[in-house]
Amino acid sequence: MEQLLQHLVNGLVLGGTYALLGIGLTLIFGLMNVVNFAHGEFYTLGAYAAFAALGWAGVDFFVAVLAAIAVGAALGWLCEVTLLRPLRNESIDTTMLVMIGVWIAMQNAELLVWGGVAKSIPHPFPTAPLVLGPVAIAPLRLFVLIIAVGLIAASWLLIQKTKLGRAMRATFQDRDTAALMGVGIGRIHAATFAFGSALAAAAGALLGPVFLAYPSMGDLASLKAFSVVILGGLGNLPGATLGGLLLGVAEELGAGYISSGYRDAVGFVIIILVLLFRPAGLFARQERIA
Amino acid sequence: MTRVGGGFLALIALTLPLWLPSAYHLHVAIMAGIFGVLALSLNLLLGYTGQLSLGHAAFFGIGAYTSALLTLKLEWSFWPALAAAIALAGAAGWFIGRLSLKLRGAYFVLVTISFAGVISLVSVNWIELTNGPLGLPGVPAPELGPWSLRTKTAYYYLVLAAVALSYVVSRRLVGSRIGRAFVALRENEALAESIGVDVTHYLVLAAVVSAAMAGLGGSLYAHYTRFVSPEVFLFSYTVTMVIMVVAGGKGTLAGPLVGAVLFTALPEALRAATSWQWQMLAYGVLLVLLVVFMPRGIVPHINASFSRTPRP
Repeated sequence: MEQLLQHLVNGLVLGGTYALLGIGLTLIFGLMNVVNFAHGEFYTLGAYAAFAALGWAGVDFFVAVLAAIAVGAALGWLCEVTLLRPLRNESIDTTMLVMIGVWIAMQNAELLVWGGVAKSIPHPFPTAPLVLGPVAIAPLRLFVLIIAVGLIAASWLLIQKTKLGRAMRATFQDRDTAALMGVGIGRIHAATFAFGSALAAAAGALLGPVFLAYPSMGDLASLKAFSVVILGGLGNLPGATLGGLLLGVAEELGAGYISSGYRDAVGFVIIILVLLFRPAGLFARQERIA
Repeated sequence: MTRVGGGFLALIALTLPLWLPSAYHLHVAIMAGIFGVLALSLNLLLGYTGQLSLGHAAFFGIGAYTSALLTLKLEWSFWPALAAAIALAGAAGWFIGRLSLKLRGAYFVLVTISFAGVISLVSVNWIELTNGPLGLPGVPAPELGPWSLRTKTAYYYLVLAAVALSYVVSRRLVGSRIGRAFVALRENEALAESIGVDVTHYLVLAAVVSAAMAGLGGSLYAHYTRFVSPEVFLFSYTVTMVIMVVAGGKGTLAGPLVGAVLFTALPEALRAATSWQWQMLAYGVLLVLLVVFMPRGIVPHINASFSRTPRP
């Protein structure tokens, strides 16, 4: 029982960051109809940006996480404006191939810049775990969970309560009608892609210190983001949040009770099973946003 | 392509070992041939039915492992092992085809990626069977009757025969009712279905033939490099196949072969100048540029510019 609780706590920490990844991806897909295979590369970018900010600029750890988010948003915006905007009226397959190209290019650019050796990102938290009754949690992991929950809440507020969020929801429902009502579609697309990429970078900056930063870390992150999005239903924000937490817990339980070698297979199996039996996601009656 | 041109190309391919300057060049030609088989295989799905498989390395790897394991552990000879590799990869293709028959586009891509991910994890973790990350060394060279196909020249002709076989199979398939059904599905599935094209049947068929062909490539690869490890499932193999098909011209028969020759020879030629990472980076950029500026690929592009010039 205590072991189960421990697995649940570990799963929630992972799940919080998976949810961040999933929310970004689900927004980009739902709003822009772009299958963003480069999503995981923004996660990698976040981890390396944090590493660079700490190592080169020597800033505080918390500032480094903010810097990673800013870098993710800036590069996401650039990517949308230069590559996706000219292709806005192309088919989903065309943009998918372009994003696959971006994925390969970004990953190997990271490999060239940083080399293949994994980097450990320093953090200011003590390594001794906090013992809370039956479970123990490292302070860093607790911090990761808190920030992830905070960012999820901020995303929800952005989508539900701001003018930009309203424009995003309108674009999701019907792009042409939203444009007729005076919503600047180009601006909304750029903002969405930048926002989604920033969330992925945040996840990378948060999980980077927990594990290690290495160039191919984004591949698994992409697949996990896709698992989360598929679990939650495309374009479904609460679904992505729940899906992320569910995937994190399922992975921890799978690694704990089945075999740690197959930890990453959990996500793959979830993708296959959900697409087969509940293709609209576990929580949705139909594809929707927020 | 005209008959004369085709005959000329065939003559070049058949006499290649005679005038290539070194064994290294022959090695490049063999790898180009193996990738030619793989590119033709991916082209059947991507080019004709319009479904992108990003797990094609799984079928390649299944072929390689099946062939290697049967010859090493059960001491089968090469030919039955090759047949088993093709059959098992085809069976995997059937499984994926049946699984994903309701899925299209991005969802199909995800299922194929996931399938390749699971198979790759199995190859790493099922150590009793696959020897885990260390791989299986000492895969025997194939034999044909009393002769061993150990030399590069002999292996080149074996691979060339496989390319020819894959080309003929693709050509026969594409030129038949079945191929027209594939294209109909790619262009407008609802319309195709309304005039009586059995969508499920044809998509599964395309997946089976495509996967079996990739299994053939995998078996040839295993017996050529004489070593199989979980690296055969690397995503970069799939990426290379996609680039070859998209660059050469998807939905054409010559395109994937042109792509395979180009993208095997080009990296080798650039090897001295650049590192592997630069190549992969260039692949990514190239894919973006191709999709944006030459969306149909090299072969259709050249054909179009030829047919525009008036004949004398």
